[in-house]
Amino acid sequence: MSRSQTQDLQMKKPGGFGPKGSLGMPAEKPKNFRKTLRRLIKYLSPYKINLIIIFSMAVLSTVFSILSPKIMGKATTKLFEGFILKVQGIAGAGIDFSYILKILAFLSVLYILSSFFSYVQQYVMAGVAQKTVYKMRKDISEKLARLPLKFYDSHAHGEILSRITNDVDNISNTLQQSITQLISSLVTLIGVIVMMLTISPIMTLITFVTLPLSFIITVAVAKKSQKYFAAQQKSLGQLNAHVEEMFSGHKIIKAYSREEKSLKEFEQINEELYSSGWKAQFISGIIMPLLSFVSNIGYVLICVVGGVLASAKKLEIGDIQAFIQYSRQFNQPITQTANIANILQSTVASAERVFEILDEPEEESDESATDLINNVQGQVEFSNVTFGYSKDSVLIKDMNIRVEKGQTVAIVGPTGAGKTTLVNLLMRFYDIGGGKITIDAQDIMSMKRNSVRSIFGMVLQDTWLFSGTIKENIAYSNKDATFEQIVKAAQTAYADHFIRTLPQGYDTLINEQANNISQGQKQLLTIARAVLADPKILILDEATSSVDTRTERLIQKAMTELMKGRTNFVIAHRLSTIQGADLILVMNNGFIIEKGTHTELLEKKGFYAQMYYSQFTNSNSKDQAV
Amino acid sequence: MLKLFKNLKPYSLSVILVFTLIFVQVMAELYLPNLMSDIVDKGIAKGDTSYIFKTGAFMLIVAAIGVGCMIAASFLSSRIATGFGRDVRKKLFTHIENFSLNEFDRLSTASLITRTTNDITQVQMVLIVMMRMMAMAPMMCIGGIIMAVSKDPKLSLIIVFAIPIVVGAILLVARKGIPLFKTMQKKIDKLNLILREELIGVRVIRAFNKQFDEQERFNSSNKELTQTAIRVNQIMAFLMPFMMVIMNFITLAVIWFGAKRIDAMSMQVGDLMAFIQYIMHIMFSLIMVSMMFILIPRASVSAARINEVLETSPEIKDPHGNKLETELQNQRGTIEFRNVSFSYQGAAEPAIKDISFVANHGKTTAIIGGTGSGKSTIVNLIPRFYDVSGGNIFVNGIDVKDYTQKELRDKIGLVPQNTMLFSGSISDNIRYGNPSATDEEVAYAAKIAQADEFISSMPQKYDSQISQGGTNISGGQKQRLSIARALVRKPEIYIFDDSFSALDFKTDAKLRKELALETVSSTVIIVSQRVSTVMNAEQIIVLEDGKIAGKGTHRALMENCPQYREIVASQLSEEELK
Repeated sequence: MSRSQTQDLQMKKPGGFGPKGSLGMPAEKPKNFRKTLRRLIKYLSPYKINLIIIFSMAVLSTVFSILSPKIMGKATTKLFEGFILKVQGIAGAGIDFSYILKILAFLSVLYILSSFFSYVQQYVMAGVAQKTVYKMRKDISEKLARLPLKFYDSHAHGEILSRITNDVDNISNTLQQSITQLISSLVTLIGVIVMMLTISPIMTLITFVTLPLSFIITVAVAKKSQKYFAAQQKSLGQLNAHVEEMFSGHKIIKAYSREEKSLKEFEQINEELYSSGWKAQFISGIIMPLLSFVSNIGYVLICVVGGVLASAKKLEIGDIQAFIQYSRQFNQPITQTANIANILQSTVASAERVFEILDEPEEESDESATDLINNVQGQVEFSNVTFGYSKDSVLIKDMNIRVEKGQTVAIVGPTGAGKTTLVNLLMRFYDIGGGKITIDAQDIMSMKRNSVRSIFGMVLQDTWLFSGTIKENIAYSNKDATFEQIVKAAQTAYADHFIRTLPQGYDTLINEQANNISQGQKQLLTIARAVLADPKILILDEATSSVDTRTERLIQKAMTELMKGRTNFVIAHRLSTIQGADLILVMNNGFIIEKGTHTELLEKKGFYAQMYYSQFTNSNSKDQAV
Repeated sequence: MLKLFKNLKPYSLSVILVFTLIFVQVMAELYLPNLMSDIVDKGIAKGDTSYIFKTGAFMLIVAAIGVGCMIAASFLSSRIATGFGRDVRKKLFTHIENFSLNEFDRLSTASLITRTTNDITQVQMVLIVMMRMMAMAPMMCIGGIIMAVSKDPKLSLIIVFAIPIVVGAILLVARKGIPLFKTMQKKIDKLNLILREELIGVRVIRAFNKQFDEQERFNSSNKELTQTAIRVNQIMAFLMPFMMVIMNFITLAVIWFGAKRIDAMSMQVGDLMAFIQYIMHIMFSLIMVSMMFILIPRASVSAARINEVLETSPEIKDPHGNKLETELQNQRGTIEFRNVSFSYQGAAEPAIKDISFVANHGKTTAIIGGTGSGKSTIVNLIPRFYDVSGGNIFVNGIDVKDYTQKELRDKIGLVPQNTMLFSGSISDNIRYGNPSATDEEVAYAAKIAQADEFISSMPQKYDSQISQGGTNISGGQKQRLSIARALVRKPEIYIFDDSFSALDFKTDAKLRKELALETVSSTVIIVSQRVSTVMNAEQIIVLEDGKIAGKGTHRALMENCPQYREIVASQLSEEELK
């Protein structure tokens, strides 16, 4: 929250005049600031020349804008002199208009140049910043393609997504605004001091009196507000969690009439949020008035001391005016630098998260592995296969199975028994720990991953379709497929009929949530996709509960059609499939606990037999009412 | 957004005070240059040092008054804005708690969550900024103009020329920038969509060896976004330097024309210096106002989303007055559906049509059918999560609409399809069904639900904490706990909506056996897709496309209901059909 708010504020102030609400909010601290920063800078290295232009533009623009008050002061001084002379009634005396005009003309040039440089700097920075984050996103995307499945299974999607969107966005905003702001702040600070010194060392000293004051205030307030921001953040987190939980459980709350309990909890958290929230807002809100008070003290000091000095003719009147402007400029960069330091910190933290993804261990390169074996038959053998998702939990130990071409293997077991483990190994989504898996006697470890995967077709229950037309989705496996081939595949998968009843037929767009077609229809589409791919070995998940009976029958027919002439691994729920299988693998709690044919397993009287009887036989006995 | 700000009413006094304080502060701020010009014109010009000191001290007092006001205003505005946020949040939450499932369907749970959290935070933030900056900017602008005019009305004519140029520039950039900002948002959304698809579909993508095509898809979208982002930032790059040029040229103009006026002895130098500072205040306040144009549209989108919720009134309301009839006492829990039809909002087809049946006290009624056949709809109508579109539902002989929602739901123990547990201990979760249940009753319910075994294997037994969404226990364990939650209630009616699906067969069988003994004096409704779960019920209702296709016992249905036979055939093998 704090990050996105900072970001919001950033976006709202294209030139840095916006609300300074972000000051005092605790920024996330990166673990290794220097290393990450150096790496971030490396991303900018292709734009060295642009950056040099940007930096020099920023410096020039700032220098020019710093010069102007002093020059303008000269005009005022001249004015004053002329005025005084006139008041004193000296004949022929008056304001030296030609001198003033000269100065004003000079100032116009300065102003235009300063603004022009600042424009060029922002303009060039837009390209650099956006191209840098473009490269960053591209790198992540390429990296994602090289990461093993393990990475995907062990990270929440939302988290990965947030790194690529929010974090990269954060970096982009900082590059666009804060970096040049930092430069101009620093230049301003130095420049102003130099300018002030050239005008009057005594006055500069007086201005400096206010400096520690604003520094102390900034630090003290920021420190104090951090405490309340942390409390606010905590309450906000609790509140969000509560709201999320209560709204997701709305049905249960209604069913059990517990609205009051939920409300009471909500009110309590809400009240806590209020009490820490207003304090955080208040304390961070007083930093600006306090600093402007300090700056006003400086203002008064300048007026008074300057006035005294001017009356003693030790200072020009225009110099007072210049000092007033300088002292205003002087206080701004201090707050701004503190602010930017905060932003920079959270940016580096963002960059660190992005780099963490880029540093994840990749799949081993398989450049040197052999390509596709020609004319695959589809004979699969597991010899002494050992596997576990982590080193200390071995799920499969010394597994030996041999599946001949055209045979069907059924994988059965209760929900959550780890039936997808086998899929993961066959497709080389995960690599085995020991032993070997061969296809047509060739070790899959010696083949390119892509080659292994191209042998397989996969129809899983969590159907994945992308937002595109139905046609594109079926042709996913083969972009060059003709329309006739697509229709034919759809016909084989019994999907042609329902597709034609859709208003746009094959050109129907599947929307983001894919809720414009039913779950069963989605499954038919994935079957069509597999048909078009025409794999030698098939891995499929039989449809279960989420499909209506009529569609289920269609899916069943389509699957039977698809399975013909291929080697099949089926995650089976249907007894007829199980009984007809050449080999049944029984899984529970992630382990393969039994294997054999239906009759063999029944004779064994083990888990399978128990499962089989409790499902189908028990229900016939009359001692159960429910 | 204005509508939402009506909730500021209890704070109206504070708001007025904030405005007054800011007004004083602005006046103080604007008075300083005036004093400075006095120092120049009266002090320096005449060499009067004591006058300079006196005025300086006065300036300090003025500045102190200014800062005092501003801090007080900040104090008040923080309290107002966060208080406002708290009030609206509470109002919204209370309002949503009264929603029926209908409103949840329509507005979507996820969106309701964002509205209660992010949207309110957004509005609250803008409110603070508005009270701090926006109140100040117009006052500063107008005050600055007044002061400038009072210093020298003729010189003030410059402002008349300057303001249209500044406003014009802001509008120009806004007109070019805002559509581009919108396009950029769309492109960001698209990039996110692609990325999300790639994350979810990683297995399929790899299975089809499509990593590189996907990368290309991502990258072309990435490129498009980058181009737009560059364009947007290039346009925004123009705004600030342009403003600075205008402001600086106005200053130059002031000096030039001011010099002429001084030459004509109609103005003093100090006045000119003050005048320049007034002009600066005016211009900066204009820029601040332009900032508001970026802020307000965002907040008003949030405000509109909040208002939409507040304006949605829950469809289901409790009846007024007392029930006319008295409940049947001897057959508690009896449910009757009489010609019930129901359509979900905006659906073309009714989800269920003309459903009539009686579920009797002490008996089990099972409902079977495919997805979309209307099973869950029937279940949702009994606790009146939705109101029927036609026909009537009676519980204990009284129309469900004549009960208060609490009265009706207190009779029911519902075990929903998607088990939902709350963060808290296991005993908290079971006791959710009946807050006054004793420890023994909780343990007993857990035992019947076959949950005691895994609970006692946990280190803290019944005090073990369940994380939000119950992610630290398995699906089957969740289901058992939610069954225990219903049991501890000892309700007149049990509803099991596909509640045994995650249990392994052994546990399932055992649980149902013990459950049968426990529920003898209640009405039981079981929804399932598994024939083995329903076949022993006293009454089975077969649903197809929202209509009753058959009603009776397993045996009777096997004989006269082809749809039932079809379901059975698809699930059981030939030999079990005997």
